[in-house]
Amino acid sequence: MSILDSKTPKGPLAGKWTKYKNEINLVNPSNKRNIDVIVVGTGLAGGSAAATLAELGYNVKAYCYQDSPRRAHSIAAQGGINAAKNYQGDGDSTYRLFYDTVKGGDYRSREANVYRLAEVSTNIIDQCVAQGVPFARDYGGLLDNRSFGGVLVSRTFYAKGQTGQQLLLGAYSAMNRQIARGKIEMFSRHEMLDVVKVNGKARGIITRNLVTGEIERHSAHAVVIATGGYGNVYYLSTNAMGSNATAAWKIHKKGAFFANPCYTQIHPTCIPRSGDYQSKLTLMSESLRNDGRIWVPKNIEDVKGIQEGTLKPTELSEENRDYFLERRYPAFGNLVPRDVASRAAKERCDAGYGVNATGEAVYLDFKSAMERYGKEQAKIHHIENASEEKIIELGAAIVKEKYGNLFQMYEKIVDQDPYKTPMMIYPATHYTMGGVWVDYNLMTTVEGLYCIGEANFSDHGANRLGASALMQGLADGYFVLPYTIGDYLSNDIQTGKISTDTPEFEISEKEVKEKINFFVNNEGTHSVDYYHKKLGLIMWNKVGMARNKEGLIEAMAEIKALREDFWQNVKVTGGNDQMNPELEKAGRVADFLELGELFAKDALDREESCGGHFREESVEVDGEQKGEAKRKDEEYAYVSAWEYKGEPGDAILHKEELEFNDIELKQRSYK
Amino acid sequence: MNLTLKIWRQKDAKSKGKMVSYEVTEISDDMSFLEMMDVLNEQLINKNGDPVAFDHDCREGICGMCSMFINGEAHGPGRGVTTCQLHMRMFKDGDTITIEPFRAKAFPIIKDLVVNRMAFDRIQQSGGYISVNTSGNTQDANAIPISKQAADTAMDAATCIGCGACVATCKNSSAMLFVGAKVSQYALLPQGQVEAGERVLNMVEQMDKEGFGNCTNTGACEIECPKGISLENIARLNREYLKASV
Repeated sequence: MSILDSKTPKGPLAGKWTKYKNEINLVNPSNKRNIDVIVVGTGLAGGSAAATLAELGYNVKAYCYQDSPRRAHSIAAQGGINAAKNYQGDGDSTYRLFYDTVKGGDYRSREANVYRLAEVSTNIIDQCVAQGVPFARDYGGLLDNRSFGGVLVSRTFYAKGQTGQQLLLGAYSAMNRQIARGKIEMFSRHEMLDVVKVNGKARGIITRNLVTGEIERHSAHAVVIATGGYGNVYYLSTNAMGSNATAAWKIHKKGAFFANPCYTQIHPTCIPRSGDYQSKLTLMSESLRNDGRIWVPKNIEDVKGIQEGTLKPTELSEENRDYFLERRYPAFGNLVPRDVASRAAKERCDAGYGVNATGEAVYLDFKSAMERYGKEQAKIHHIENASEEKIIELGAAIVKEKYGNLFQMYEKIVDQDPYKTPMMIYPATHYTMGGVWVDYNLMTTVEGLYCIGEANFSDHGANRLGASALMQGLADGYFVLPYTIGDYLSNDIQTGKISTDTPEFEISEKEVKEKINFFVNNEGTHSVDYYHKKLGLIMWNKVGMARNKEGLIEAMAEIKALREDFWQNVKVTGGNDQMNPELEKAGRVADFLELGELFAKDALDREESCGGHFREESVEVDGEQKGEAKRKDEEYAYVSAWEYKGEPGDAILHKEELEFNDIELKQRSYK
Repeated sequence: MNLTLKIWRQKDAKSKGKMVSYEVTEISDDMSFLEMMDVLNEQLINKNGDPVAFDHDCREGICGMCSMFINGEAHGPGRGVTTCQLHMRMFKDGDTITIEPFRAKAFPIIKDLVVNRMAFDRIQQSGGYISVNTSGNTQDANAIPISKQAADTAMDAATCIGCGACVATCKNSSAMLFVGAKVSQYALLPQGQVEAGERVLNMVEQMDKEGFGNCTNTGACEIECPKGISLENIARLNREYLKASV
């Protein structure tokens, strides 16, 4: 084990980034024309990086597996993007955004990175508005803000419930301008299957053209990975069907350390699974918890009745309902952070109180909110002695104004009217805080290989706050990487074109081809989805919302056995010289089958509960916090960075000790 | 429920395609249309057949990747939904469902139900942007007030997901709704004014070059658009085009 160097600049926290920018080496504009950069992934991080690097003058080659860069999964982000603009004059500042992010991350992120993120957050809003992103505005024509969980200020900018879409289309438009100029060469429907290192430096990638099946070599002076998170290791998640960890995992196998794989965010307000055929889960904005009350029946007989359909939830009287979040967390109630809300729902369902046929659902009820709003409306409109129906009708109109689109989405999927009967929700995997380890420059442990956005581990610690994912993706791509990569590339001004006609490229290409040939010729017995679903179940049951030593050891062994079975018996129909979605999935699931084991190993090593990682052995045993997550700062205030050694189970742990000089470590309390 | 599916099968761009019938059984009301397709594909794989290729990704109606022409309608029956948001409760036991790709000269078929929509990207590259570099030194975001109405209307236009349902629906394979939405977003905002004239001319020129047809105002595109992009955007496109041409 070694101690990792984060290369964080010296000096006071607030001045680090400015000082860094003043001291780095730059590449002169005429030399930038001779330098190539590969960017894999075109979401908020990759898209913004590709556009900015091309604007600076580098020759960019960008890759995505979708048919267009505009379809990356950043597009699905609903809520908003944080920025310390303090337009509301409510006391926000760079420091406060930094503080909230570190605290929200349960003190497991790198201070200097988070401060830089908070610092450039305001530039993002300026940049996006200049690009024509139609953020919501107030009647005076100025930008509107909303508030999100876990913070005390309104700093979230939004574009209806489609903020991710609008920001991504902004980055996509910036890319288009550079594609038109010939500064970005765009390779859509291409999947990266390996990174190529020459003399220890990342100098290219191997891709598969997903239309023709052709295996191609691409070279560059530096490679940037911006391929998102690995939530689909659970099979069911709110990620897109194609979201995968292959690029991140391939670079891990070539020497990039993988950090904190066990930090996963499970989002509490998703639509429950309805059957075994389920292919993905749909998230509803957590803003619903502002007005919805979460409950299950108090008595197990009532649960049976509801599950069998003989009893309706609306027939259950108040005293027979268990508002478990309000009961356990009187101070925060239904607005506890995502991880706490998710675990509490799981606890009730595990105890047998789940309210749908699968036993994995709790109610989110808007009746009280409708009554409250209805009474207020009756007063405003001078309606005296309003009937209960009238009050509900008035209240429902207010609820519709606030959450109409979400209610509509719910009704489309579940076929129940949430104005009349409570919604059913259950937690689902949503975001992965862990990822490829990077230093302050966003460079991995491989020289010239960078990793940005959700794919890296750096800014969210053990838990991410709402509306911070979009902020990080764009900060990395627009404002951080374009500086840091220049410092590295300044050494490459005389290198000249990198040839793809070298043994290094040949070996990588051969390995990729061998794997593909194996899949299409294996003639096994089970489909790729069969294995993916099995892996997902192991992960969800033993490496999910709550983890313990015994379960994690079992999970590691089970994943290993499943992986061996996969390599014996997987069946991929169709050829390799054509569009073949099954073949694409096979490669991705093969990597998830390795990542899953490392994930469990990391969770096993971390014998504390922090953020999205909850170890059943590490809870407060007495006092006011009894039963709640217990963080252990003396032993575990470090980043776990794993080095690949052939088998995931043999990975070696390297630690980056986290220092907190500008923030005091506190236990989170929501009682 | 049990269903008969008639699906367009085509090996690749060069091969000739044909409709092929399949039976699926025990389909649940709660399944999405694409989950029903997953069931079919699992069935085909188990019989060593070639699964049906179709585009899909987010499966929550926002990425714009899914693109099936179901029973003669882009994204099937049901309004304001993409194929992935369509549920099997819209159909009944014993139904025969016809599934084709989005057809248009400018959307060549790649395989089965997968088409090439890069023409849309090329139209955007011809002018669907505001020429501002990333610097961090642009003016403060609140320096230009924009009326709430303009911002909201621009946002309505900007919600286009680029799926191509408008083109597949239009008897002329026109892309005017798609182009109108992008032109409108920028035309409604002060930031978009500087390049407004050049933008609309270039985007329309590229649209024509790609082989999309013209608009004859039948309004079918608006009805089938999963995001409810309004025909007003085509009117605005024409207005902007005229303004830039005279």
